[in-house]
Amino acid sequence: MSASIIVGLDGSEASGRAADAAADAARRHDLRLVLACVVPWSPYSFSTAEENERRTIDKEREAKSARERVLDPAIARLSATGDLSIEGVVRHGHPAETLVALAREHDAAWIIVGRVGQSRVRTLLFGSTPSSLIQLSPVPVLVVP
Amino acid sequence: MTVLASPDVPAPDVLAATFDEQVNDVFAPISDFITGIVFAAVPLDFIDEGVELPLIVVWLVVAGIFFTIYLKGFQFRAFGHAIQLIKGKYDDPEDAGEVTHFQALATAVSGTVGLGNIAGVAVAISLGGPGATLWMIVAGLVGMCTKGVECTLGVKYRRVYDDGRVSGGPMYYLSQGLKEKGKGTLGKVLAVLFCVFTLGGAVGGGNMFQANQAFAQAQSVTGGADGWLGFGAAGAVFGVVLALLVGAVIIGGIRSIARVTDKLVPFMAVFYVIACLSVLFANATEIPSALWEILRTAFSPEAGFGGVVGVLIQGFRRAAFSNEAGLGSAAIAHSAVKTNEPATEGHVAVLEPFIDTVVICTMTALAIVITGTWADESSAAGVETTSAAFETVAGWFPIILAVAVILFAYSTMLAWSYYGLKASTYLFGESMVVDRVWKLIFCVFVVIGASSTLDAVIGFSDSMIFLMSLPNIIGLYILSRVVKRELFGYRERLAHGALVPVAERGITPRPQGGSTAATTGLDGTNPTPPPTADPR
Repeated sequence: MSASIIVGLDGSEASGRAADAAADAARRHDLRLVLACVVPWSPYSFSTAEENERRTIDKEREAKSARERVLDPAIARLSATGDLSIEGVVRHGHPAETLVALAREHDAAWIIVGRVGQSRVRTLLFGSTPSSLIQLSPVPVLVVP
Repeated sequence: MTVLASPDVPAPDVLAATFDEQVNDVFAPISDFITGIVFAAVPLDFIDEGVELPLIVVWLVVAGIFFTIYLKGFQFRAFGHAIQLIKGKYDDPEDAGEVTHFQALATAVSGTVGLGNIAGVAVAISLGGPGATLWMIVAGLVGMCTKGVECTLGVKYRRVYDDGRVSGGPMYYLSQGLKEKGKGTLGKVLAVLFCVFTLGGAVGGGNMFQANQAFAQAQSVTGGADGWLGFGAAGAVFGVVLALLVGAVIIGGIRSIARVTDKLVPFMAVFYVIACLSVLFANATEIPSALWEILRTAFSPEAGFGGVVGVLIQGFRRAAFSNEAGLGSAAIAHSAVKTNEPATEGHVAVLEPFIDTVVICTMTALAIVITGTWADESSAAGVETTSAAFETVAGWFPIILAVAVILFAYSTMLAWSYYGLKASTYLFGESMVVDRVWKLIFCVFVVIGASSTLDAVIGFSDSMIFLMSLPNIIGLYILSRVVKRELFGYRERLAHGALVPVAERGITPRPQGGSTAATTGLDGTNPTPPPTADPR
């Protein structure tokens, strides 16, 4: 038996709907719900010496803000019914790759994300998290509009 | 009367002296005085008339050779593992979001790759002939070891402030490391000396020299003394603009400019190497003879270059200025990396002089030697020699060089302003006043650098930058055992498999045999369709 469902949250409305869909599925299949907020970060970006000096603080700050702004409200909303086991995770990294890593760690049945309407140009240049996820994921991916 | 006229030509009329010349008249004597002290040299008249051996260059190279032998050629053995560390093969996934080895190296490289790589090489070849190239490479190879040593110590003795900021550098390993060895007082004295010299080096080589050469190149691509940057105070005006740009980032905290620069510099470095390669390919037939020329004149130079020793000194001196090995500046830049093993950053740091000197300086040197512009009297020694070499490919090529020069200069200035800041806060304590005063002084020197002649600027830059190596290398010698323990201990654990890449650490997912299929209906049973959310 798989143990969980991973939801990628980024604070957008679509990701809120993804969380709702995931909560439904978790109830129906009796799975744990793992809410994941990934702070976009690359190990190969370029930074100044001053930024490097402050990086540890900045990392904490980013994680705290993700937790307070994105995770906590979602957890509060979904755990109101009290029939779900919910866990919140904040990670730094490439959004799609990190969700895949989490899916492996938590033995996920699905990864569920919201579809964020990005401009065509941006998607062309950088791709989007859902589309990279579909290519990378070892488990089915559900994209919620 | 060009800005780059020699300072000993008296102005025909003092009142008519331009602003740039007045700045220069004040600055040149000070520079000469300091240079005289630092470059105390042993005259070697028995080799050739006028050859001198500056003791400071011996000091740096001997340190490099000592550590290369003492650590059994560590820089060559470290290479492969350094590349793996850069790729993040050994990064703990828990540390995602912290400073990676790649980032620490990239930050250090963007501070190091500056005008030393473009103008410094031209100076070395103009004064020492093509053979100086070979000695530059040799100095780069031994410098790799010195860098590995200082960065290992930089991480080992770095300081974590109460608010979580991380910074390190020679002032910390000199004070802390020597205290552990029971030489606390000496350590404190050396740390203070290091900081004082760092302030000098930051305004000299990390600032004035950069500004000066950036202006020289900007002036030459816009038509030289007759162009629109040819008027008397052009250097000062250029300096003011550059100072405003530097100030916008370091005082105004406009990070976006710094970010753009940081992203541009690595691409510019690659681009610069490609530009050099195109100079080489445009003269492809000349490559073998140029290589032979470099080898031949390294050991039997033409008359007038002071024999082998004279050539060797030029090569070593410019290489040291370019890659900063032994000065301790790199230890500041590398210290913020997230690692539990100081030795890892020691490994990574050896790549820095390799990129800076063995790759980028050599490219510049080949371009200059192949095109023969170094022997040409029409271009002033310095960035203009390199520019003339670029011009042989196409008329617009020097413009590319000008862009590269200004970007390199700018990023190097930003890096050195940080080194200077760390030195001044060490000396005078962490405070807003210290912070602001240092940054203002730094910006003022941008203007002075852009408007004085090359001789005065190069002399001052060299002397201050090289002085940093005195306290730093004394400390490295005293702490050499500590470094050896760190590096060799780490390598031993690596060899015995105590440290393995992340991919092999057994963070394997729990087995997923068929379980996913059962819940998702991939086994052919009719799955529950995934629920839909209520549209809100």
